[in-house]
Amino acid sequence: MKLGLVSTTVLMAAISATSVSAETLRLLTWGGYAPEEVIAMFEAETGHTVEVTTSNNEEMIAKLRATNGGGFDLAQPSQDRITSAQEEFGIYKPIDMERVDAAQIVPSMLAATASNTTFDGDVFGLPHIWGTSGLVVNTAEAGDVADYTDLCNDAYAGKVSYRLKRPTLIGFGFAMGLDPFAAYDDEAAYQGILDQVEETLTACKANVKTYWDGGDELKNLLRSGEVVASMAWDTGGWQLNADNADITFVAPASGALGWIDTFVLPARGRADDAAYDWINFVMRPDVAAMITNTAGNFTASVGGDEGVNADLKVRYQASFDQAAIDNIKWYPPVPAGLEMLEGATLDRINAAN
Amino acid sequence: MVSDKSKLGFYLLLSPLILWLVTLIILPHMGLFAVSMSEKVGVREYETGFGNYAVFFNEPLYWRTFARTAFMSILTTALTLVLGFPIAYYIAKLTRGRTKTTLFLMCLIPFWVSELVRTYGWMILLRETGVLSNFLLYIGVIDTPIEFLYNDAAILVGLVYTSILFMIVPLVTTLDSLDDSLIEAGYDLGGTGTSILREIVIPHAMPGIVSGCIVVFMLSLGNYLTPILLGGKDSLWFTGLIYTQFITRFNWELGSAFGFLLLGLSSAVVFIGLKLSRQSLSNTMGR
Repeated sequence: MKLGLVSTTVLMAAISATSVSAETLRLLTWGGYAPEEVIAMFEAETGHTVEVTTSNNEEMIAKLRATNGGGFDLAQPSQDRITSAQEEFGIYKPIDMERVDAAQIVPSMLAATASNTTFDGDVFGLPHIWGTSGLVVNTAEAGDVADYTDLCNDAYAGKVSYRLKRPTLIGFGFAMGLDPFAAYDDEAAYQGILDQVEETLTACKANVKTYWDGGDELKNLLRSGEVVASMAWDTGGWQLNADNADITFVAPASGALGWIDTFVLPARGRADDAAYDWINFVMRPDVAAMITNTAGNFTASVGGDEGVNADLKVRYQASFDQAAIDNIKWYPPVPAGLEMLEGATLDRINAAN
Repeated sequence: MVSDKSKLGFYLLLSPLILWLVTLIILPHMGLFAVSMSEKVGVREYETGFGNYAVFFNEPLYWRTFARTAFMSILTTALTLVLGFPIAYYIAKLTRGRTKTTLFLMCLIPFWVSELVRTYGWMILLRETGVLSNFLLYIGVIDTPIEFLYNDAAILVGLVYTSILFMIVPLVTTLDSLDDSLIEAGYDLGGTGTSILREIVIPHAMPGIVSGCIVVFMLSLGNYLTPILLGGKDSLWFTGLIYTQFITRFNWELGSAFGFLLLGLSSAVVFIGLKLSRQSLSNTMGR
């Protein structure tokens, strides 16, 4: 009896001791950013447990807005979508730089993300993974597709695809010789660009097989040969290249669109310790290389590209020469309210016949 | 004393219903209504008014989408009725015992997997490199692959398939209750097959037909997955508009207004349908 009581007390003490340091990290991220093996290593090393929810930019903001920034402890939206969401809904809390091992992060990316995610004097984002969107082309069947507008060639009628989302509007804007980013702060000028893009995309609609929605759907379309050219993320092209050497990612002549996915802390997150531990853990070069190998995109970790497998590096270099890298158009922060204009344009394109 | 006890029992039995209605139906709708009444004028600035509802009527795109959705749903309902009625009649009147149970079960089995899986099944069948296109190529009817997906017909096929069960079940129940001797009497009195169908079977089955139609219409109108996946670039559906307002546009105010408009307009369509068929809601749903 007494022994039982003592052992129970010891057990209780042990449980309460671990619950002080070990937390459950509820991570809201993209598919591939938190591989099983990395989670297992992290859990073994720190004692925290990780629950992953995969999502995309819009859904992340919508989810956090619905709970006023609760329900998750760490989220990973793109850097251009942070300040407007913070301004409108106040769903994040500032990053405490004291608790981040900044030496592990490439200084230029850290600085760029900090300046793009600063709202009211506080920094809200840390860079994690970067990549681009451009064209994925089956070079055997559509070798001359070099820019977004080439998707509207009659030669490929019914055999192209893109998403009906804001990157498509912006990509086509650049391909048409316009500069949407320069017009971000001028609503009238931006509306002018949107109107021109709308006209092009409406005329192009007959060429499109379908607007893709998820990465797997697009890969299916390209793999089966139903689609020969599409607007897509670089990793999608590289993954397909592994299966079929004809299909690869092409940086468009007008410039690939560059994004950086970040770490942000939701305003009502409960496990900040675990969140900072996770950030410092995944930015370690060896862990960053593991994530690059599964996600396909490179990270902002110093030395993180060294452990990346050789095939991926070859594909990356085949798609990007130095000129293409210099030509990448990095997304500036989206001003609040711009999505309304884009939304109306996208609705009209969707409804056009 | 006895009446007190029975009153207590009445309220205890009533409480789950009240709880369900208030917490899951009435309160969320009140919240949604409040959101739909706030117009956004600036960053974190809102005004009360009907502006969001005005957007629906002022922008032709939105009410045309609603009209299209309603029209396609009515078409789906009609097709489901035409296809479902013979099946239900066969199950209810021409089979007995085990055969009846087996047939009924066979209608039910596809609904044991989720709607998403069933829709993907249709995508595998209908896509350009899919089963149907390849089969037609193989037997030599066509020489180049045909895309059957991403058009209105594909949406209709998907909607009819997902909702036909909800037509068959009420029809079987009402047809089951039709006494066979009435049909025999009809023949004895010199009626033909069509006149018996028109004068005896359909009038008797009317409540089942109407309740089936209401359920199928509402399910099609509120469907999101099937039209979006099978319709592709031509999948303009009203629920899709609501989804984009909430999720990709962060415009909950307009999305809520659309939600209420969908509720009101679909109720109006059902009301008109009931008036035209001279049925009442309690007569069809209350049985």
